Amino acid sequence: MKYESQKVARLYFIAALGLFLGQILFGLIMGLQYVIGDFMFPAIPFNVARMVHTNLLIVWLLFGFMGAAYFMIPEESETELWSPKLAIVLFWVFLVAGALTILGYLLVPYARLAEMTGNDILPTMGREFLEQPLLTKIGIVIVALGFVFNVGMTVLRGRKTVISSILMIGLIGLAVMFLFSFYNPENLVRDKFYWWWVVHLWVEGVWELILGSLLAFVLIKVTGVDREVIEKWLYMIVAMALITGILGTGHHYFWIGAPEYWQWLGSVFSAMEPIPFFMMTLFAFNMVNKRRREHPNRAAILWAMGTGVMAFLGAGVWGFLHTLAPVNYYTHGTQLTAAHGHMAFYGAYAMVVMCIISYAMPLMRGRIANSNRSQVAEMWGFWLMTVSMVFITLFLTAAGVVQVWLQRYTETPLPFMVVQDKIAIFFWLRELAGVFFLGGLGVYLWSFFIGTDAEAARDNAKVLAKVNTKATDESTQETARA
Amino acid sequence: MNETFTKAMARNIFYGGSLFFILVFLGLTYHTEKVLPERDHRENITEEVVLGKKVWEENNCIGCHTLLGEGAYFAPELGNVYTRFGGSKEAIMAFIKYRPVEGVEGRRSMPQFNLSDEELEALAEFLKWTSEINTSNWPPNIQG
Repeated sequence: MKYESQKVARLYFIAALGLFLGQILFGLIMGLQYVIGDFMFPAIPFNVARMVHTNLLIVWLLFGFMGAAYFMIPEESETELWSPKLAIVLFWVFLVAGALTILGYLLVPYARLAEMTGNDILPTMGREFLEQPLLTKIGIVIVALGFVFNVGMTVLRGRKTVISSILMIGLIGLAVMFLFSFYNPENLVRDKFYWWWVVHLWVEGVWELILGSLLAFVLIKVTGVDREVIEKWLYMIVAMALITGILGTGHHYFWIGAPEYWQWLGSVFSAMEPIPFFMMTLFAFNMVNKRRREHPNRAAILWAMGTGVMAFLGAGVWGFLHTLAPVNYYTHGTQLTAAHGHMAFYGAYAMVVMCIISYAMPLMRGRIANSNRSQVAEMWGFWLMTVSMVFITLFLTAAGVVQVWLQRYTETPLPFMVVQDKIAIFFWLRELAGVFFLGGLGVYLWSFFIGTDAEAARDNAKVLAKVNTKATDESTQETARA
Repeated sequence: MNETFTKAMARNIFYGGSLFFILVFLGLTYHTEKVLPERDHRENITEEVVLGKKVWEENNCIGCHTLLGEGAYFAPELGNVYTRFGGSKEAIMAFIKYRPVEGVEGRRSMPQFNLSDEELEALAEFLKWTSEINTSNWPPNIQG
């Protein structure tokens, strides 16, 4: 860390991880409601728990992205952040707005919340992931504008790199596409059509630019590979992301009333959407193999490789599984969709945010990397969460396959609720995997509190000394040979 | 990646490719908007349907149900509920109206939303209109 102002990222990362914990707790509540239908009913009905679960996810990832940008942009631009004060003010605005919104969901019936917050003036609420009251949506726009302005000014007055340009395009794209959340046509088909301009063009569009640049930044730092090489990879990854992802939106237009050519377009282009994710995996592994230094932060390297693999599996493979129109005809809106959603969000976005946190947080605490003990705990957290997520995905996939068979495919299709009872075993197993995930998250969070600065310094010095001796050995050998 | 493939080439593919596909996407959107009226039967969107959609949204129905396959997977698909309930708006209205406040022991149950008769009627009308959208024969069968 070279610039004092990078430290504002710390606030953002702490908030992100706190909200992540909240997201998981509500996930467990929902998981239990799947099998014990009246759990917490009517205090927290499923729809409320789900809204909290998904909205917390979005908000914590946004906190993570913003924190990442505040950390990366000054370093890339080689100048202090334009205004650290603005970053801190916006942090509190976003946190308070977010907290009030979640409290609103939990304490007031949704219809009453809509009435209280002016949904009559401009109805935007009650659409999946965009449930936020109008006021919150306006708040998000204000925070996003202030944030983009702050980092944008920093980029403009400093060094321009490919990483910062791609990150800026991603962040501006994020802010611009969110504006479509204010557009809610009375015609459901058109509503759905443009709703995807926020949702799809975020997660399978501009967010991939953010993902790519975060990954590239960490890889430059921990591997020491030449920037030229890394930036070429980054351009190709984000090029493939948008070339496949924009028309890939079509895979959401199969059954909502849009014309049928979308079945072809959506199938073909979204079938290619795994390509950028596969490239990310290759990218991470290649760069780590070609590393020119031994960075003491092995946990960050693990997250970087992990996010490559898991994003490819979750977004790429599990997305492809049900993206072709003839397949999607049977799988659309089943537990298979949920399986894909879970692993994709975790693998691509949750993990990349934890990757940058893993790299940046020790630096902001005045260490090159955390102590060995702390890193071992962090890596335990990594494996517990990641393996649990694999199991959550597998159980939901099994549930989805049986559901599709019984409810959609046989000659005597069964009603939805009858099928849900028959697949309850998979929901129980998913809940169990979820408990392990929470355990993993606990270990991960605990790792931040392990080890003193002195311990970290000693461990880091050991790694660096070993590398130096090795380097000296090699040069002596070379001299001897000569 | 080798030396003949330069960073500048990669950059051009990114900007050129993205711009090209954005333009194609906008063109297709324009075309979709032009042909959509034949598929969504918008002439049947009455004031009641519009109110029904608002009731649908303000009670966060999408938080449990799917509508045309999108939403949550906790409760049945409602894009075709009108047909599943035998083309009866009354059946839909009655179902929503008589949900037990305290739920059903051990089971999933829809909350009691205390909708007015006007809201119930509008919601049913909205679901009826939705069931008439041309969805390319989705869902595969009546169970949704």
